[in-house]
Amino acid sequence: MPPLSFINFVLALLVAPLLLGVINKTKAFFAGRTGQPLLQAYFDLWKLLHKGAVYSRTATWVFRAGPVVGLACVVLAAAIVPFGGSRAMIAFPCDLILLAYLFGVMRFFTVLAALDTGSSFEGMGASREVQFSALAEPALLLGLAAVARLTGSYSLSDMLPALSMSAPANSGPVVVLVAGALLVVFLVENARIPVDDPNTHLELTMIHEVMVLDHGGPDFAFILYGAALKLWVLGSLLAGVAVPVRTGNAALDCAAALGVMLCLAVLVGVVESSMARLRLLRVPRLLVGAVVLSGLAFVLLLR
Amino acid sequence: MMLTLMSLAAPLLGGCLALLAVRMPAWSARAGVAGALAGGVCGLIAGFRVLFSGVSVSLELPWSVPGGAFHIAVDPLSAFFLIPITLLGALCAVYGGVYLKGRGDARGIAPGWFNYNLLLASMVLVVVSRNAVLFLVAWETMALASFFLVTFENGRPNVRMAGWVYLVATHLGTAFLLALFAVLGERAGSYDFDAFARAGATMPASLSACAFALALIGFGAKAGFIPVHVWLPEAHPAAPSHVSALMSGVMIKTGIYGLLRLMGCLGAPAPWWGWCLVVIGLVSGVLGVLFALAQHDIKRLLAYHSVENIGIITMGLGVGYAGLAHGFPGMAALGFAGALLHVLNHALFKGLLFLGAGAVLHGTGTGDMDHLGGLLRRMPVTGATFLIGSAAICGLPPLNGFVSEFLIYLGAYDGVTSPPAVVAVACLPVIAGLALIGGLAAACFAKVFGVVFLGEPRTEHARHGHEAAAGMRWPMIVLAAACVLTGFSAPVLLAGLAPAVGVLTGGTPEMIRGALGAAANPLVWIVVVSTMLALLTTALAVLRNRLLSGRTVAAAGTWDCGYAAPTARMQYTASSFAQPLTDLFGFVLRTRNKQTGTGGVFPAGASFATEPNDLFRNQFYDPFFGRAAALMAWFRRVQHGRVQLYVLYIALTLLALLLFSVG
Repeated sequence: MPPLSFINFVLALLVAPLLLGVINKTKAFFAGRTGQPLLQAYFDLWKLLHKGAVYSRTATWVFRAGPVVGLACVVLAAAIVPFGGSRAMIAFPCDLILLAYLFGVMRFFTVLAALDTGSSFEGMGASREVQFSALAEPALLLGLAAVARLTGSYSLSDMLPALSMSAPANSGPVVVLVAGALLVVFLVENARIPVDDPNTHLELTMIHEVMVLDHGGPDFAFILYGAALKLWVLGSLLAGVAVPVRTGNAALDCAAALGVMLCLAVLVGVVESSMARLRLLRVPRLLVGAVVLSGLAFVLLLR
Repeated sequence: MMLTLMSLAAPLLGGCLALLAVRMPAWSARAGVAGALAGGVCGLIAGFRVLFSGVSVSLELPWSVPGGAFHIAVDPLSAFFLIPITLLGALCAVYGGVYLKGRGDARGIAPGWFNYNLLLASMVLVVVSRNAVLFLVAWETMALASFFLVTFENGRPNVRMAGWVYLVATHLGTAFLLALFAVLGERAGSYDFDAFARAGATMPASLSACAFALALIGFGAKAGFIPVHVWLPEAHPAAPSHVSALMSGVMIKTGIYGLLRLMGCLGAPAPWWGWCLVVIGLVSGVLGVLFALAQHDIKRLLAYHSVENIGIITMGLGVGYAGLAHGFPGMAALGFAGALLHVLNHALFKGLLFLGAGAVLHGTGTGDMDHLGGLLRRMPVTGATFLIGSAAICGLPPLNGFVSEFLIYLGAYDGVTSPPAVVAVACLPVIAGLALIGGLAAACFAKVFGVVFLGEPRTEHARHGHEAAAGMRWPMIVLAAACVLTGFSAPVLLAGLAPAVGVLTGGTPEMIRGALGAAANPLVWIVVVSTMLALLTTALAVLRNRLLSGRTVAAAGTWDCGYAAPTARMQYTASSFAQPLTDLFGFVLRTRNKQTGTGGVFPAGASFATEPNDLFRNQFYDPFFGRAAALMAWFRRVQHGRVQLYVLYIALTLLALLLFSVG
């Protein structure tokens, strides 16, 4: 295990909540507000970790297992995705499947924890979550299949660094299409506009937020941190495909990737400020669109 | 060989003893369970011995049936199928011994155990017989024994209907097998499978294609390929739960076994076979899970999931045959290994889930999910094992379902990155299909577990639910442990799988190991990550508890938006949870809604009910058989029931024959 991949992993663990701050600052800028401090997410986590907890009388151990399993999954996922042109800590053929399925475990337990409260609102959020993720998964894996065919390998740590170095000249359209699909997956999986609105506080309109309505204290801190880390992991996957900056200097590559991540956070802020949430019935079309983009990217590679 | 024969004889003996003790139900149950257990242990040892030594054993005895010979053999492929059959057969018998107590009328117990043990023995015989006539005898015994088990509670009209549908479907399947064996026997001049294989090597492509199609339909009907699956969602819920577990867990796999065995006799595979299997697998997998999503009855839902998992297995076989036909041994080995491992895994988790569903049925008296809820508190062991089974069937790491799906993915990504476009295009639907099926299955099992075991009890049924007896709990615990163990011992299992894969791909053991070696490193990594996941989860749980110690941890009601009078009926139900997905795929599901809406200023009661629909049953088979029956009714005009008229028919026939012979 090269030391660089460990540094990248620690970087992910430390910097992930910052992305939330950047997104919120961008949104505040568009709204003409000062907005919350850049490090607000860190303050929230600190505060939540020092609180007690209130558990529903309906809930069982499954409810308490939800945040713990979810955070464990996403931490491991962070060790699988390479960052800034270097290899990840965990790299093996088809690690991308494990990545997708780790998010599957996280989602399964979040959904079960939501259903464990017996609340109709949380059931609603859980139901929407499983619907959208069932469509997001094919888009993600098909998109990565196209990248796999482009680079001739199917380990993330080989695929992403290979993208700009030895990829054939006509790979541009493929990368653009896959990046489009991954952007949709990124927004859906992280409960962002145009699919879900992390800022509204009306139970009927939310997906992710409503599922974790009953969590508090350290449990909620785990969930909040897990969500930030998930944003980072899927973001670095998207950044690795869309903007493969490879200078050859490891430190420079890492700095460039960090810059790309911050730009991605600004982009999310811009998207959230400039468009409204889609009607829920329209979201599947967006996802099917992402599947089609991935499929199209693959077709371009068939010769 | 002795052990194999004993695994055949012990259940038969136990079954006969059970039948002898027909007036003493408790003793017939004991005899039945003992027979199945003894047979199971012998079969397990026999299976493992052949699989790990790689040495096949065979036995040929004279048999005075024309065309037949009592030729049985255990090669690695048979041995691999023997393991789930005997393991699940023994565990379900233990469970059934308790489950059947006080269910149905006592006179049914003895025949029930006779048929159970007969089913077990015939399944063993199916996978070891090497002669077409013997195979068909075993196949039919299996069909009939399971038919009588399906109609165990024959007092209920829907059970009789399910039995009838099953009987028709299984015999239509057998008809295709008869044709297949006739074709192959004609060509080989003998009904021995070894002779089939020798003749198959020189068979013209058109004949091979024809035989492949016959095998696909004949064995597919048993395995539950869509669209010949219609018997499955009827028969599995109708049978007692331990029988459902056995039928769903292993009996349908005899269809997969038969297909593999006979495809091995058809010479080198044509490229389109792989394609064909991928398409069938994709359709069965996706439609199976979609139909499952729409169900409200827990056992019916599980039955549709068997269709889905057969689809996953078939996709793996498709990858395997595509790899074989296009000359990619690595891809072929991975596809076959994934499919075979999924056969074992599905037996483990589907057996577990059906036993769990039986415990719910036993403890609450209903299998309708919308009438359950909050059972985890009342049935902690059933609930915990059911959760493990649910996570395993969704293919979530670190459980066994993930490992077998991962092997199929690995084969498919191998194909996708290989140069020929045709292979890549064949493998792409496998990736998309597995991803979609995985997501939908997770949705479906979140629904099952969430609605049945979590939340508040919705009715009195659920409020009075009680945990299963020890005899029912232990088989579930063993199966759940097997699911976890299989997930964590994947790299070791891969070595055990190699000989069975070798039977399918051909080639020396070294070649197979080399081809499967591509999977060795990833599987070790998966075990590492799984272990880390377990450790990290424990560490975080400890951290959370440390943080909370010394602080106020309160209990309160669930947040309900300030609504003053929440009731358990306000929870999301199975139907409402699945509604967005069933709506999205409404074009294939066509779920029927019955509703009386609210209206006026003071609305009175309103109702809403959804009725799941099987596209093929209701839009294809029912109209088809209805038309056929109408057509046949025309012939009934000649049959009036008057003896004079029949005498007239005879006289006319004699006259016609006389004229024919004279003229």
